[in-house]
Amino acid sequence: MTFKKIIIATTLALSLAAAAFAEPAKDAAAPGAAPAVSAPAPAGAPAVAAAPAVAPTPAAAPAPEKKRELKANKAITLTMFALIIGITMCVVVWAAKQTKTAADFYTAGGGITGTQNGWAIAGDYMSAASFLGISGLISLYGYDGFMYSVGWLVAYITVLLIIAEPCRNAGKYTLGDILAFRTNPKPVRALAALSTVAVSTFYLTAQMVGAGKLMALLIGVPYKSAIIGVGILMVLYVVFGGMTATTWVQIIKAGLLMSGAALLSVLVLMKSNFNIIAFFESVVNNPFIQDHVSKMVLKDTGAIMSGTEAGQRFLEPGLFLKNPLDQISLGMALVLGTAGMPHILMRFFTVPTAQAARKSCIIAMFIIGSFYVLTTLLGFGAAVNLTPQGIMQVDKGGNMATLILAQQLGADIAPVLGDIFLAFLCSVAFATILAVVSGLVLAASAAIAHDIYVNVIKDGHADQHEQVMAARITSFVVGAVGIAIGLMAEKANVAHLVALAFAVASSGNLPVVFLSLFWRKFNTAGVVSGLVVGTIASIGLVMVSPNMTYPKKVAAGAQNVITAMEKKQAELPAGASLSELDAKALATAKADYEKNKDGKSMMGLDKPLFNLKNPGILSIPLGFIAAILGTLLFPSKRSEEMFDEIYVRQNTGLGMAKAIDH
Amino acid sequence: MAEKQYDWAKIAKDPRFIELHHKKTAFLFGWWIFSTVYYFLLPIGAAYAPGLFKIKIISVINLGYLFALSQFFVSWALALYYAKVANNDFDRLTKQLVDELQ
Repeated sequence: MTFKKIIIATTLALSLAAAAFAEPAKDAAAPGAAPAVSAPAPAGAPAVAAAPAVAPTPAAAPAPEKKRELKANKAITLTMFALIIGITMCVVVWAAKQTKTAADFYTAGGGITGTQNGWAIAGDYMSAASFLGISGLISLYGYDGFMYSVGWLVAYITVLLIIAEPCRNAGKYTLGDILAFRTNPKPVRALAALSTVAVSTFYLTAQMVGAGKLMALLIGVPYKSAIIGVGILMVLYVVFGGMTATTWVQIIKAGLLMSGAALLSVLVLMKSNFNIIAFFESVVNNPFIQDHVSKMVLKDTGAIMSGTEAGQRFLEPGLFLKNPLDQISLGMALVLGTAGMPHILMRFFTVPTAQAARKSCIIAMFIIGSFYVLTTLLGFGAAVNLTPQGIMQVDKGGNMATLILAQQLGADIAPVLGDIFLAFLCSVAFATILAVVSGLVLAASAAIAHDIYVNVIKDGHADQHEQVMAARITSFVVGAVGIAIGLMAEKANVAHLVALAFAVASSGNLPVVFLSLFWRKFNTAGVVSGLVVGTIASIGLVMVSPNMTYPKKVAAGAQNVITAMEKKQAELPAGASLSELDAKALATAKADYEKNKDGKSMMGLDKPLFNLKNPGILSIPLGFIAAILGTLLFPSKRSEEMFDEIYVRQNTGLGMAKAIDH
Repeated sequence: MAEKQYDWAKIAKDPRFIELHHKKTAFLFGWWIFSTVYYFLLPIGAAYAPGLFKIKIISVINLGYLFALSQFFVSWALALYYAKVANNDFDRLTKQLVDELQ
């Protein structure tokens, strides 16, 4: 049995590597400008894709000497990928041997230590958006990128103080277990599972599309092959290795990510002789940054700035995050949503005690926080060493900043080191994607197999063998669906999906988890109304928000180009015609205008009804109010009587042995 | 179902449980509110008091940067403080209660 698994795993790993190797010919034929066009949105930084594209004006700018491109050395990169695949496959084979019961599959038998779980949480949480997106934002917009990163850590205070330990003590495998404790289990479990699947699917789609685009950009693997490759690995990890394999993939990834970030930070600081103040002075005094900032400010406000003034402005707020209400709304979704994310909640069931859950949360906070602090150095370091203009040539959203920085700083020491370092960071990105998607697939399949199949359909009567089989089959199906969605969504706008996942987690899941744990009167009606209203409100608000594409707006933009180009033509001397580039732009704009002028958004709107990208500020209170009203309208004596039990359990851990041994 | 059955309502009325519950509630929600308020001061301050954020403190490093950086240290300090109180105080009270019940 195990031998067979090894063979399957090796074959798949080899075929994946082979598929990747087979591609270079096609890539070489692609025009050099391609990477800059297909702006990847490594999911998670919803803001990145929406960034106002500040067109580089080569004539006036003190343009960087040559057009920048990012090319990873294929042989080195793919060797490192193969190494990661090889190591993680060994982990899967080892984990598969230990996965015999449902508890093994969903929670690694509760046998993960606090420290291990801390690293795994960090690995589960930090997506490619954290790794590439935030440093990119800092490299282009300075201070605002740093400010954006803060909420992702502060979110863990809620997890630590309110959610982690009670959930460890009162729960078993899933969100549904906590919510069904003193309510009518069937409808509650079914709804909790639906909400888990919704959140996981939104997040997974964003991750998959980001993964496909990233791999295409980095090593020239076609989008579809990248999705299928990542998808197959993710399915193998989860189906065979369950939580044990997923945990170790996440731990390995977190280790790789932290070493990459630390190494790169040392290289950045070396340039300023490890003097932080000198480092920031070099940011302010950099002529390219000064030029970049003064152009942005000029475009926004029309104000003209002196050089050092513009450099200093890079360290001040307001270049990127311009809508404070949206900022606050995002902050609310992060602070409350992280604690409602099913794949994060699930991690706390893998440790044996509440003390271990506490320890793992604190360790995760130190890892995640240090990473974001280092990210600042990487972002500002990229701005100084590569110039914002150079970064935007490779990718308008700045997502490639860290990777180019690695290549350049490595190459400054020795050319081959640049290739090795870039290859290393590419494989960190690869491991990052694998770790996050595996966690999501596991959370979604636990909800379907454990809540819906075992507890709703089979009334909880399923033996261990059947439960594990159900879990494996479900993971396989969820993974396959994930791959299919990834393939279909290649051209889709996925930037809003991460905002949506956090909105649903914070407005649907968090209120009902919180009230289940702390409010005596809370009951079935409360769970149902809270989940339904919170989820629908967040989805509905995002559907009518500026995140969606509004054809009339696109048409208006195209109209501007047409006017400008026609004006340019009119000013030309008689007989002369527009340059080829301008003529092409005019033709594209005309086509865009025709295509979009009568169009409406997905919801049939001309312009957004709700003007924030993040619905949290409205949907979170709605979720809470609905949960409270539902409870008060349909009181349940049984739920009230059972509060003592859940409350004593969550505080003392009494009765938890049942949840583990089962 | 061979496990021990507890009288949950009775435990909930146990004075030591009530003491644990009061201590925990005050600590957890108090500090949660503190950390949340401290965090939201960042986006609110950046939007409505940008002048304050621009004040230079050390060379070119301004108050806004130090304030954002302080968020990390405040979160870490709070996490460690909570660990200390929980490991000493809450866990001790819980253990006394549980030991007696078993």
